[in-house]
Amino acid sequence: MEPFTTHTGVGVPLRRSNVDTDQIIPAVYLKRVTRTGFEDGLFAAWRGDESFVLNQPEYAAGTVLVAGPDFGTGSSREHAVWALQNYGFKAVISARFADIFRGNSGKSGLLAAQVDEKVVQRLWDHLEQHPGATVTVDLESRTVRAGEGPEAIEDSFDIDDYTRWRLLEGLDDIGITLGHDADIAAYEATRPSWKPATQHA
Amino acid sequence: MGKTLAEKVWDEHVVRSAEGEPDLLFIDLHLIHEVTSPQAFDGLRLAGRQVRRPDLTLATEDHNVPTLDWDKPIADPVSKTQVDTLRRNAAEFGVRLHPLGDVEQGIVHVVGPQLGLTQPGMTIVCGDSHTSTHGAFGAIAFGIGTSEVEHVLATQTLMQAKPKTMAVTVNGSLPEGVTAKDLVLTLIAHTGTGGGQGYIVEYRGPAIEELSMEGRMTVCNMSIEWGAKAGMIAPDQTTFDYIEGKPEAPTGADWDAALEHWRSLRTDDDAEFDKEIVLDASEMTPFVTWGTNPGQGVPLGASVPSPDDFDEPNDKVATEKALEYMGLEAGTPMRDIKVDTVFVGSCTNGRIEDLRLAAEILQGHTVADGTRLLVVPGSVRVRLQAQEEGLDRVFLDAGAEWRGAGCSMCLGMNPDQLAPQERSASTSNRNFEGRQGKGGRTHLVSVPVAAATAIRGTLSSPADLTPIG
Ligand code: SF4
Repeated sequence: MEPFTTHTGVGVPLRRSNVDTDQIIPAVYLKRVTRTGFEDGLFAAWRGDESFVLNQPEYAAGTVLVAGPDFGTGSSREHAVWALQNYGFKAVISARFADIFRGNSGKSGLLAAQVDEKVVQRLWDHLEQHPGATVTVDLESRTVRAGEGPEAIEDSFDIDDYTRWRLLEGLDDIGITLGHDADIAAYEATRPSWKPATQHA
Repeated sequence: MGKTLAEKVWDEHVVRSAEGEPDLLFIDLHLIHEVTSPQAFDGLRLAGRQVRRPDLTLATEDHNVPTLDWDKPIADPVSKTQVDTLRRNAAEFGVRLHPLGDVEQGIVHVVGPQLGLTQPGMTIVCGDSHTSTHGAFGAIAFGIGTSEVEHVLATQTLMQAKPKTMAVTVNGSLPEGVTAKDLVLTLIAHTGTGGGQGYIVEYRGPAIEELSMEGRMTVCNMSIEWGAKAGMIAPDQTTFDYIEGKPEAPTGADWDAALEHWRSLRTDDDAEFDKEIVLDASEMTPFVTWGTNPGQGVPLGASVPSPDDFDEPNDKVATEKALEYMGLEAGTPMRDIKVDTVFVGSCTNGRIEDLRLAAEILQGHTVADGTRLLVVPGSVRVRLQAQEEGLDRVFLDAGAEWRGAGCSMCLGMNPDQLAPQERSASTSNRNFEGRQGKGGRTHLVSVPVAAATAIRGTLSSPADLTPIG
């Protein structure tokens, strides 16, 4: 996993609440056998609509999604996170995330930044008035920033310490466990010889 | 204070434990199949990682392989892609694979034990919830998700919080004709589908000790259906006799050392469980489900319940919904329910003992008009063994279909499916809506009930059959 310190990219205002994982990626797109390529299924039902935000050229290259509350509810499919990442998103900003989605995001390296509902509103307004404007999510200082001058938006976001540490270090679960490699090797050395194996030297 | 069996096996596998963190557990055997592994291998590839212990990993093709024409290319494109992907991944990462057409191919939970890879005191995981089957040997065995599959592939360990332990003690002896399947269906109706949540369950008591290894596997298999993390049974002479001589079983001095260790794997007399349930086997009868979860069951001699039989509003609603889906009237005697398809197979009841029992009952009878009987061995070995014993002749003479090995109609990922509203009596483990095909209606039953039902065309036990000649 790539370490995540700070990211600045085009913000996408998704003015919807309760975006469940079926809307993020419908079940028919789950037949793939890879962890990549799910971008074509991202928000599939909505992308058929020309006026949908990602269909507008200014937002098409978005990397920071700003969504309404209760983002990622429903089925626990990890594909929802992969689809967002495969499309190019590095961070999702919302006033509230479903627990499983937040957990899956942290594991895959997608930043789920929880902010006050008012901040979401201001970001939406800003991004709609200035299509293609960027948003910065700074994980080190736990702040989101957008705009300049008197209209500038700057506020803090919530993320638990453990997930923040993992993202900053670029550690996934496997990476953390491999950090205990010496313990694993020591355990392996003590396993009795009669334990079964599927392959024999 | 002493330790329970589960605690002993758990503690032997802790690689690392730290205050406030889950334990890091070493995994002795990782079983893999085509449905839940592709993204795990792809994850390894993306991160440039290897399989840490290919020698503790085994792959088979089972969930969506065809049970007819298995020598021809798989017709369904999604199934074919998954199977082809498993083959490529196994080759690339050096994992031993038993593909379709191989003599060791079959349902992953049938193959492990029959190869002798499933042994007492092990930790065994697989991206499949019925991994609990292997607990019958005194192993801690449970299902995991795809990211955990990737974690085990890369590290041969899993981070796990230690579950609580529960004892299910079954006293007495099962009456003649009542099987391990009836026992576990009775238990689940008693506890509800969530009764085991958060526990590793140890099944014990005289009725459990009297079960064959096949019967024990049937019981442990369905642990997940009442919510348990895993189910296990202390190893004893029955276990050791089953393992001895299997291809991957220890031999010589290794066998003696293993045996010595295995004999220590029982719950200490002064150990305490977090919860205990006691049942009496001598009162059990053939048991069948009427609803859409494995807890919705009654004795075969009873009738379809009515929503009014339940006090809890939730149960009333669930019953109403289930009856509607199942197309059943409250008050109908279970024995009057007509069945279109009988399925004998799955990792619950697809082993050689199950097929012998089915053949014994079918011998000399024919399948009722308007009913079809599908007999699907759990593995190619089971199929060959059955053929050697002439069981296939009995099935074919009775008018049954004798199929190739795999999960088949247990979950209908291959072409073996129920049509909408088609009704089955199935020896598998799940009667969820649509499990065996969209709109299909499933009654979970034991092998003897399945065989007798095929002969009479209505839910029946062997006692209902007219003696031949
Ligand atoms: S037989 Fe059924 S329950 Fe068993 S592994 Fe196959 S699909 Fe799962």
